[in-house]
Amino acid sequence: MIKNFVTLLPVALFALCAAGALEAEELGDTDAGQKVFKKCTGCHQVGSGAVDKIGPHLNGVFGSGAAEHEGYRYSKSMARAGADGLIWTAETLDAYLENPRALVSKTRMNFRGLKKAEDRANVLAYLRTFSDDPSDIPEAEPTAIAIDHDLDPAILALEGDPEYGEYLASECLTCHQSDGTADGIPSITLWEPEDFVIAMHAYKRKLRPHPVMQMLAGRLNDEEIAALAAYFKTLEE
Amino acid sequence: MTINRRHFLGTSAAAAAALAAPMVKADGHGKPRVVVVGGGAGGATAARYIAKDSKGEIDVTLIEPSRMYYTCFFSNLYLGGFKEIEDIGHSYGTLASGGVNVVHDWAIGVDRDAKTVSLAGGATIAYDKLILSPGIDFVEGAVEGWDISSQNAMPHAYKAGSQSELLKAQLMAMPEGGTFAMVAPPNPYRCPPGPYERVSMVAHFLKNNNPTAKIIVADPKPKFSKMALFQEGWADNYEGMVDWIGADFGGDSVSVDQNAMTVTIDGEVNNVDVCNVIPAMKAGRIAELAGVTDGHWAPVNAIDMSTKADPDVYVLGDSSQQGDMPKSGFSANSQAKVCANAVRGALTGSKVFPAKFSNTCWSLIDTDNGVKVGATYEATDEKIAKVDGFISATGESAELRKATYEESEGWYTGITTDMFG
Repeated sequence: MIKNFVTLLPVALFALCAAGALEAEELGDTDAGQKVFKKCTGCHQVGSGAVDKIGPHLNGVFGSGAAEHEGYRYSKSMARAGADGLIWTAETLDAYLENPRALVSKTRMNFRGLKKAEDRANVLAYLRTFSDDPSDIPEAEPTAIAIDHDLDPAILALEGDPEYGEYLASECLTCHQSDGTADGIPSITLWEPEDFVIAMHAYKRKLRPHPVMQMLAGRLNDEEIAALAAYFKTLEE
Repeated sequence: MTINRRHFLGTSAAAAAALAAPMVKADGHGKPRVVVVGGGAGGATAARYIAKDSKGEIDVTLIEPSRMYYTCFFSNLYLGGFKEIEDIGHSYGTLASGGVNVVHDWAIGVDRDAKTVSLAGGATIAYDKLILSPGIDFVEGAVEGWDISSQNAMPHAYKAGSQSELLKAQLMAMPEGGTFAMVAPPNPYRCPPGPYERVSMVAHFLKNNNPTAKIIVADPKPKFSKMALFQEGWADNYEGMVDWIGADFGGDSVSVDQNAMTVTIDGEVNNVDVCNVIPAMKAGRIAELAGVTDGHWAPVNAIDMSTKADPDVYVLGDSSQQGDMPKSGFSANSQAKVCANAVRGALTGSKVFPAKFSNTCWSLIDTDNGVKVGATYEATDEKIAKVDGFISATGESAELRKATYEESEGWYTGITTDMFG
């Protein structure tokens, strides 16, 4: 029995750590993307000194609006997409590259599309390096895609762990004060744990309006919210 | 490089091995020892959390030369007259009461083989884990005509305290209708919206005290953080006062003369009354002395902020090269908590939880007119990567802008309490 326990232990540790080891995914491989981009270079330029050719140059495309780039004559379809508010992000560019006409009906981009998701991810990672860097311009488009935590079964191992809750709560304390003082930022102490869980889920589902809280709650899974509640419960006792 | 299943397994196995590793102790010493260099948003937070959460199991020493710490965040509000200098000053007394051994001295060297830090006062301190959070220093020769000896005539005020007071005094002494010049820094630098919040705060002061004065900004960059928000704010509140000259208009070709009090932008000489030179930045010198920098910054692993050069040396905040997080006090505080959790786990076997990072930067444009930009970040194999974010919109209501400013004041109290206890 004891021997069995010893062999099982590393597996349990693995499960715990697996949840932490992979939380986001980079868009793709920039080197591989540079090779994929050769399919595009007949019409598009990117990088230092890039200019408009048959297609517009692609510097700064991430975060820009469709048909926003001045000096290039876009199709009416693309201009309309821009007027409708289409912004080029990792998600919209991925859809456009998979099948340009599926997103913009009469685009002048005469290209059948990249059918392999990996090719699209790689070429987007390559193109992303020619747009604003979030470390310099914090509002610049993300460089990675968050993975839905709820899909990771390993993180279930952390359910309702008050120690994990205490660690997660440290993020709250950058703004909220632990002594319950409320000036400009509301107090979160002495809440009923149930009320807390309901409020966090309401932010997560974007029912409660506040961009910081929507963003922070949005990346907590059910178990993490439960862990926070478990920790707050220990404070009451 | 993308994360594939093999890397994922490799990382996890290594993490599991680290978690299972026995407690590390320095030879001939009862408790594991952590030395933190730099008592700002990164270092103070890391020291406080390790001391607090290890409940006496780890010896924590914080080395910080200043007895009073002035936060760089909100120092622009002091220039604008919204805060007094005392409002942004913090002593280290509560940290010491919280179990941190606070040593007011300069760290002048790190021996990574012997695992010791040497101090200007002559002492040598041993560590099991070393956390460097020294903020920024300036790149020599970054602005033609300016060096560190020019900082009295042409203050940078990008390390808060006496420099902030000097710049404020010069602003107050400006002649009627005079010119305030700023030389903005190139990327990457501490606090991306900082120079532009400063322009707003200087404009606010001048509007009320010297309304015919002018501000010129020479900027080596073609664009900057919250650009649309600031430009809208300058047009609405300080019409005709601010002349921003970006890289596309010669802002990247600048020299200064502290004796003549001139700023030459793209060949055109401007006589100015105050000149705020914010030079290009690099990691605090001790990071370089420790041999953990590559170029101007210290590359770190996203999962725990350990340096690429040495797994027992960590770098937090402005000095680190970590990926997508902006260099800010909020970022440093966020990184410090991830690092503290990992360091404590390595030294005492406590649980190590997934790295989660966040940042929000508030800026004040005018009275009760605050804006913000923020994001969440997660660790990939390559870097700390941005996964989600938001920014205030142009044209927001006065009520929302006022609430945003009040929120920033609440955050200030929150983060300084979180740093110092």
